[in-house]
Amino acid sequence: MTAIDATTTDAPVEVAELEGRRDRWPRTVVVSAMIALLLLPFLPLILASLADGYFYPQVLPETWSTRGWSIVLDPAGPTWAALRDTVVIAVAVMATSLVVAVPAGRILGTRRFRGKRVVELLLLTPVLVPAIAVAIGIHVAFLRLGLAGGMTGVVLAHLIPATPYVALLSAGVFANAELELESQARSLGASWWQAQWHVTLRLVAPGLAVAALFGFLISWGQYVLTLVIGGGRVVTLPILLFATASGGDASVTAATALFHSLPAVVLLVVTARILGGGQLATLGGAR
Amino acid sequence: MIDLHLDGLTRRYGSTVALDDLTLDIGGGTITALLGPSGCGKTTALKLIAGLLDPTQGRVRFDSEDVTDVAAERRGAVMVFQDHRLFPYLTAGDNVAFGLRMRGVPRRERRREAQAVLERVGLDGLAERRPAELSGGQRQRVALARALVLRPKVLLLDEPLANLDAHLREGMRELILDIQRERELTTVVVTHDQEEAVVLAEDIALLFDGRLHQHGAPRTFFEHPATERTARFFGATNLVAGRRQGELVETALGPLRVPDGAPSGADVWVTVRPERLTVAGARGDDRQQVRGRVISSAFLGNRTRATVEVAGARLTIDVSDDALADVGPGTVLTLGLPEEALWSVPRDAPDETWGPEELAAVDGDPDPGVHRDHEPEGRP
Repeated sequence: MTAIDATTTDAPVEVAELEGRRDRWPRTVVVSAMIALLLLPFLPLILASLADGYFYPQVLPETWSTRGWSIVLDPAGPTWAALRDTVVIAVAVMATSLVVAVPAGRILGTRRFRGKRVVELLLLTPVLVPAIAVAIGIHVAFLRLGLAGGMTGVVLAHLIPATPYVALLSAGVFANAELELESQARSLGASWWQAQWHVTLRLVAPGLAVAALFGFLISWGQYVLTLVIGGGRVVTLPILLFATASGGDASVTAATALFHSLPAVVLLVVTARILGGGQLATLGGAR
Repeated sequence: MIDLHLDGLTRRYGSTVALDDLTLDIGGGTITALLGPSGCGKTTALKLIAGLLDPTQGRVRFDSEDVTDVAAERRGAVMVFQDHRLFPYLTAGDNVAFGLRMRGVPRRERRREAQAVLERVGLDGLAERRPAELSGGQRQRVALARALVLRPKVLLLDEPLANLDAHLREGMRELILDIQRERELTTVVVTHDQEEAVVLAEDIALLFDGRLHQHGAPRTFFEHPATERTARFFGATNLVAGRRQGELVETALGPLRVPDGAPSGADVWVTVRPERLTVAGARGDDRQQVRGRVISSAFLGNRTRATVEVAGARLTIDVSDDALADVGPGTVLTLGLPEEALWSVPRDAPDETWGPEELAAVDGDPDPGVHRDHEPEGRP
């Protein structure tokens, strides 16, 4: 960073430095408000999980207790098994959806073809159609195929909402990536595979990581599909949470709810930190 | 030194023909420009040579080796794009070493070679910078270094000077020419700018609408254009309508003798570069002379330019000495039209397919000189 080339006088473009500064504080307010909105609901949940009876109109619980947490964290209890199954299913869903959705996203994001709009609309249908309708429909088929009541069946069911999401997000990533660099790499002697590995992947990896995270989280929070297809035999954290909630023990329910949501929140924050906020912006329009 | 041969190279996209039957032989170690307005097929041709596109028809040969079906990465023709296309996540040094890395050259060796080439392009000390921390001119040099480090058989440059400020262009031009000469690199440059083509290339291939229009040394495009379109693309200002009568061309200026070999045809434009017109008397031996009245004159620093009306036609003359020092509007001048300075091109029917640059070249002309609208009516 010491020597400046004497023959060139045009200055490096430092866009980042030109922006910012001026309009920093309104942004701080908005961001703080958003963080508060996201985190405030957790506050009563935390209080409830540490209370031994916590009733309206109390602001704070009268008696504190770790009973809820000790039940939830009991090594012999159902939580850890549910955590394991939830993670296994979510990772399987994430990986499988990437395999399908990344090539699809590349085509959707970079090519024009007849009927592209229709395909994009079809990819949105799992968002529009109620999960219960989908679940009951495929349950019949899965029963015949022997997939109901097992982990595989649940993974396949989760793929229905996850894959289109990941595909649409990937399309945005590819549409915004500078894929012309691929042909430059080819011209510099890279084979097709080398160009994919050394160039394309480097360009899209951060965006695809976010897309993958969404796939993971869609599976992580899935209740209806797991309930219907798993038939009670596959117990993930959401299933456990609903069961606990109907059991009526508020502090155990609150602790379970926190146990379920914390990993997702941590994952999201860690990913955002590693990637920097910019990557979330690349998930915009797939054009 | 690799001779480059293009045989009937054609590329179609659906029903549009981007490049139509381009046959061109490019001598080893020379620098050739593919010149033409945007959409003329020149970048398509470059990508076909690079192997980044497959031709619909035709062959590409390096010396006697047919490389048409050789993949881009094994062809040895390296393309440097106009927008330099540096890998943003790599430092300048790693960008330059990229191709060597793809070849499996060990890290230390490729660092050393990258360093040497960066020095050659005047960027020593900047190897650790990322593209975002470099200026436009520096990025262009890194892109050039990245190609040179591979010792390509053929170097392909896409508008190498177009993105640079005027004061950087000269340096980049010198650099390209020096390196091209010292390595005897067969080089093809694509450009839409005739000035850039002239200052860079030993040979120019002019393309219009996907077709090769004229191929030769830069000088011939100015002095001996093959067509009206070429003449206008190279900024011809003096076009006098005429009709071929045996060895002479009948014009409003009288019968003019043009050199042998000038394209003939019944209806022609007689062309003459402004700097090749003489003020009669300055040199006594001009046999072809016309008298006219000065309409305007301007001192342009290194030359004086005057517009002279002769028999209803307008001629622009550039003189570098003081022969026009004391002329002004109204002065009557005798102009010499030396035979060797004249040329003729067939008159085209007005062509609606002219690209924007060509129209700009005509419209942007500070002095329209003699154009179609000045054509004298009712010739004998």
